[in-house]
Amino acid sequence: MFSGLSRAAGINILIILAGVAAFLIVEGRTGIFGDTEEMSGSDNFLQYVGPLVFGTVYAASLALLIAAPLGVAVALYISHYAPRRLAQTLGYLVDLLAAIPSVVFGIWGVTVVAPILSGNLYPSLNENLDFLPFFSGTISTSGRSMLTAGVVLAVMILPIITAISRESFMQTPRLHEEASLALGATKWEMIRQAVLPYGRSGVISGCMLGLGRALGETMAVAIILSPSDGYFWSVLTNQNSNTIASNIALKFPEAYGLDVNRLIATGLVLFGITFLVNAFARRIANAGFSGADG
Amino acid sequence: MMLSGQITRGIPVTNDSRLSEPSQVDDHAERGVVVAGLNIFYGDFLAVADVDMHIQSKSITALIGPSGCGKSTFLRSLNRMHEVIDGARVEGSVRLDGVDLYGSEVDPVAVRRRVGMVFQRPNPFPTMSIYDNVVAGIRLNSGKLRRAETNEIVERSLRGANLWEEVKDRLDQPGSGLSGGQQQRLCIARATAVEPDVLLMDEPCSALDPISTLAIEQLMLELKQNFTIVIVTHNMQQAARVSDRTGFFNIAGTGKPGRLIEIDETKRIFSNPAQQATQDYVTGRFG
Amino acid sequence: MTTVLDDRSASVVGARRMSRNVQGSIAGAALLLGISIPNLLGDGKWGWVLVVTALSYVALIYVGSRALEGRRQATDRLMRATVTVAFALVMLPLLSVTWTVIREGVGRFDGKFLRGTMRLSPEELLAQRDGLAAGGAFHAMVGTLIITGLAAAIAVPLGLLTAVYLVEYGRGRLARAITTMVDVMTGIPSIVAGLCAYALFVIVFGPGSRTGLAGGLALSVLMTPVVVRSAEEMFRLVPNELREASYALGVPKWRTILRVVIPTAIAGVLTGTTLAVARVIGETAPLLIAAGLAQETNVNPFDGRMTSLPVFTYYQYVQPGIPTEAGVARAWAAALMLVLIVATLFVLARVLANVLKPKGLR
Repeated sequence: MFSGLSRAAGINILIILAGVAAFLIVEGRTGIFGDTEEMSGSDNFLQYVGPLVFGTVYAASLALLIAAPLGVAVALYISHYAPRRLAQTLGYLVDLLAAIPSVVFGIWGVTVVAPILSGNLYPSLNENLDFLPFFSGTISTSGRSMLTAGVVLAVMILPIITAISRESFMQTPRLHEEASLALGATKWEMIRQAVLPYGRSGVISGCMLGLGRALGETMAVAIILSPSDGYFWSVLTNQNSNTIASNIALKFPEAYGLDVNRLIATGLVLFGITFLVNAFARRIANAGFSGADG
Repeated sequence: MMLSGQITRGIPVTNDSRLSEPSQVDDHAERGVVVAGLNIFYGDFLAVADVDMHIQSKSITALIGPSGCGKSTFLRSLNRMHEVIDGARVEGSVRLDGVDLYGSEVDPVAVRRRVGMVFQRPNPFPTMSIYDNVVAGIRLNSGKLRRAETNEIVERSLRGANLWEEVKDRLDQPGSGLSGGQQQRLCIARATAVEPDVLLMDEPCSALDPISTLAIEQLMLELKQNFTIVIVTHNMQQAARVSDRTGFFNIAGTGKPGRLIEIDETKRIFSNPAQQATQDYVTGRFG
Repeated sequence: MTTVLDDRSASVVGARRMSRNVQGSIAGAALLLGISIPNLLGDGKWGWVLVVTALSYVALIYVGSRALEGRRQATDRLMRATVTVAFALVMLPLLSVTWTVIREGVGRFDGKFLRGTMRLSPEELLAQRDGLAAGGAFHAMVGTLIITGLAAAIAVPLGLLTAVYLVEYGRGRLARAITTMVDVMTGIPSIVAGLCAYALFVIVFGPGSRTGLAGGLALSVLMTPVVVRSAEEMFRLVPNELREASYALGVPKWRTILRVVIPTAIAGVLTGTTLAVARVIGETAPLLIAAGLAQETNVNPFDGRMTSLPVFTYYQYVQPGIPTEAGVARAWAAALMLVLIVATLFVLARVLANVLKPKGLR
């Protein structure tokens, strides 16, 4: 009886997930194959979703580029440098960052981060490095550019990268660390010799999970980014490719007819992208740890 | 009684020229490791109290005693490895060839380079090949090395550890693929590759089968030509078989510090020790 | 042999360590540079002072150590300084968010905000135009309570039962499939969950349907995997001896689960559930899609749109009305409210874990 109930609950999970996919496909189908005459804008779905996919991947990659080294450094600080008594509390502080609602990050990003970056960092990047396509163009005075979105996203995914890297660093067998120290390694040499190789798979899967979160993050981008249609490489201007999630959030409340279905279809694309990234992260995590033990 | 019988039977077998010429090392009294008034603390807890010991150069010194008596802690203080644990510190001095290892100008990292260590369980770096494991210490200490040089070091160290013939065809394979005994010999090769003066061994055979143990013991007898060896062991026969001198540690009770009861020629410790506690321990009355 | 030994003994002493005094002087010099450089360049903001101080410290400790201690120690000190600076850098956003939310939010965190809704009377609109406080988020708080409650009502039993199945019964392909699917669910972007709930209700009730129930459903999709994961972990921590002791007394399996496994794991399970609630209570995107925006209190989750605090925050910020300050101030007050709720839930989770633990292990 109880066994049946709990089994049913488990099966329910499968049904819910199948439902998620099914409802999205049913409602999104007409968005992809439906009559484009009845939709606003682009001629076909690929043309519509292309810049959005670009924007999504671009913003998330920027975030990962910033957050990955920082996250690993913070994880190392907590696992191997901070006084042991403080380590748990410091880890908790970083985790708190993950608890802040994304809408709060969004309005904080516009109010605090955007002015600081556009007032201090962006002009010098723009003046000195404008031969790179990333830093060319007219900088946004409000700071609502791709780089600002990337920075705020980076702050949002830092906790997950840190948490998973920290966990795998801490699992480094003491024996390996002592083997290294006994050879006359300094602390950093010990970390390079014993901790980093052991934690590598953890770091990679943490980064992938962080990337997955950044890809699907909605509100912070919707509030911060000033979007345009098309593909834009520059990260400092007012013209930015929007992300899928942010585009849905901005357009959905006012959308009607087939436009709604098209937005749902883009959601399906987003689901597909995050699914692949997360599946990759899980494979690394599962393969990696057993490999390091063997 | 059973145990003591084995030991007394064990001693004549190994009682060869090695044990009858310990005076050879006594010529260099200033050489080797001189421990004076050493107290080892974990925070406020005094773990090992008041150790004075002279470890002679190019010999094997065994440290025996019941578990928890602080012999491993003492061993780890000889290359400042115990500092890895938060709050661990020492008072007193450990002099290696006249230099105080705890002097204010001394870098623990440099100490560990001169005083190598082999651990209880074999611990080759799992992500490195056999080759890279052997040169792991060398790579830290000397910036750039030519391939020919490292090849030579690898071969010399592995030969020195009696492992070369077994692994020479698979140097690029991970060290974790070897058997336990081979892994431990790999760790010995890794430790000797940096040419330390002293080699500390913390129960190096306790995780190994008897045949691998024998191989390691033979290896130790060869290694003492070049290194000063200090070994902690639970196995009294092992101490009797390999060591020139044996130190006995004991503890008065839980919460009390461990102390060095006596240290003397191995033969004496196992046949006619000065202290009753040593006699009781080596004859198997406790521990 | 003798010469080699003497050589080495020299190397142990030769490896000098930087004294505390030298390290202190380096830190002092870095601070001096940090204060003077930005001011000389005409931009003495404290942010620059911090940045320049940190960077000069990292650079000086490396150069100093390189000169006094050698390459390896210098690299070691460089990395230590770098990871420490990285940690400090990451604490800045946490401090900044907290400080900004309090500073900006406290202004409208008043009685009107806590009791009022956004259905403003003409008098209130006039008052707002004159810069007086008007409008509140009572309806959004009620909405958040109802929607989150619904989500928990769906996700908690479903998640717990699934966890029981996975730990106590699940073997073979079905269990593996469920585990994988829970993993997949963990990765569903929140806005996709919203779209899915919306799509379901459109199929059932026709286009444009937005209700509190749809919002709750969307959140439950996000919450369930979190509950499953944490409960699973807790159930697995229950020692097998306890189960076997119970079986040995002739207690059937389902009673063992109810009487032994769940009570032992209850502290962890409640903590995990509280954290799961904390995770979804700040979700904006799915509710924006599935529950929509309303200006007044709606307590019926089956009919009509229902505002939640995060959605309220978003709209007050991006469509603040006239004058904009009034809306923005309400947005920050709602943000403060949200952060307070999440913080309370975090503390509650900790307290639950501590209070219930001894009982659970008895």
